[in-house]
Amino acid sequence: MISLERMLKIWERYNGFYLDGLKNTLLVALVAVVLGIVLGLLVASGRMLTHNSRDHAVIKVLKSVIRFICTAYVEVLRATPLIVQVFVIYYTATGAKLILPDPTATRMMWGMVAVALNSGAYLSEVIRSGIGAVPHGQMEAARCLGMSHWKAMRFVILPQAVRNILPALCNEFVTIIKETSVLSMVGIVDVMFQASAVASNAYIFIEPYIIAALMYFVVVFPLSKLVAWFERRMSRSVTR
Amino acid sequence: MSQDNRELLIEVNGLEKHFKHVEVLKGIDIEIHKGDVVAVIGPSGSGKSTFLRCLNLLEVPTGGHIIFEGVDITSKNTNIDTMRCKIGMVFQQFNLFANMTVLDNVAAAPIRVKGMKKEDAYRLAQELLTRVGLGDRGSAYPVQLSGGQQQRVAIARALAMQPDVMLFDEPTSALDPEMVREVLDVMKQLAQEGMTMVVVTHEMGFAREVANRVVFIDGGVICEEKAPKEFFENPTHPRLKDFLSKVL
Repeated sequence: MISLERMLKIWERYNGFYLDGLKNTLLVALVAVVLGIVLGLLVASGRMLTHNSRDHAVIKVLKSVIRFICTAYVEVLRATPLIVQVFVIYYTATGAKLILPDPTATRMMWGMVAVALNSGAYLSEVIRSGIGAVPHGQMEAARCLGMSHWKAMRFVILPQAVRNILPALCNEFVTIIKETSVLSMVGIVDVMFQASAVASNAYIFIEPYIIAALMYFVVVFPLSKLVAWFERRMSRSVTR
Repeated sequence: MSQDNRELLIEVNGLEKHFKHVEVLKGIDIEIHKGDVVAVIGPSGSGKSTFLRCLNLLEVPTGGHIIFEGVDITSKNTNIDTMRCKIGMVFQQFNLFANMTVLDNVAAAPIRVKGMKKEDAYRLAQELLTRVGLGDRGSAYPVQLSGGQQQRVAIARALAMQPDVMLFDEPTSALDPEMVREVLDVMKQLAQEGMTMVVVTHEMGFAREVANRVVFIDGGVICEEKAPKEFFENPTHPRLKDFLSKVL
């Protein structure tokens, strides 16, 4: 049975553990999302390369190859579970001796990379659809005024796309906070890892995990409400 | 071809455009001189919008040539961005930049493309907005304006680049009826000031009153091209007769 008393005792004794774990959870999530955004931007741009009938033949082939690689990356990462990706990347990297002097740092790094690769795939789709949602006429109008494709992107399309994309990016961060819990499986000392450590140390198995659940909830729930508020505010602004 | 000693602005030779397997334009020839106001009419799906969009390469022609001010813009070596600075375009759906105020919409291209000084660009933008009757709406966003107002801003935005020709793609088709007038008035004023214009339109009154030539496109070819009086009073092509009997 679940006992509140036991839970309070565990919290009293081990709260330092949990808070250390939370620090790592948030750090990994933040770094992974930031890397994921950079990656997502690159991959989204790669997938959006359009063939132009005025392009040189070599450029056309190059564009197709880049598009194919980016598409393959997104499809593979979205169609396999995160936990599998984490194991594959972690063991491939450490097997190839791509390690930092400190084993904890090594684990952290590869954990972040794995989650970043995963979230990059999702974010590239968020970015792509955010840009795609800007009406085509906006690009045409900009090009008709003599702007190059890049000027049109920079001054007209992207400022509008950001409004579509930003709330989704924040949501991704909120989701990633929870998802990073699988990293405990490769020894990253996050909230989940600490809960397991406490469980085996105290030989109590329900309450340590309930505490972990509460910790995730206390962070994720207000954040997701904040994002929802932010999303409503953005959609209300005059420029649609 | 009419005898004309005004400067030749656009020369279209054998213009063709097909999408996948659909042939939309099957060889269009036309000359547009400085000061011309050419109304292009025709049934929907006839290729008239595609023809207009080819003139600034929004659609890339699959055959033929378009010579603008002596430069073949269909040639791969032509920098189309430079040419487009001289070709203004107004769309059916206005396409004002939703992320900018009205004033910024008009000033954006002079600043970003021509590198005009900001204060000069804003002064020009304000002047143009006043000219289309919207001098007091500069700080509004496009969504806050009516369709007719948006279209007038779109005209001012195109004029800000000081183009040599203005293309209008059914500029009044998306407007509520009571707003058509205000847009047509601006266009008429523009024509009277000597702007060269190519207007795809369903407004027969405008074609008759303002244009100096009317072109009827059907099935991807120009069926008839005449001065408006002749065009409407003595149509010769059977398809034009049929078309006019339906719309007039």
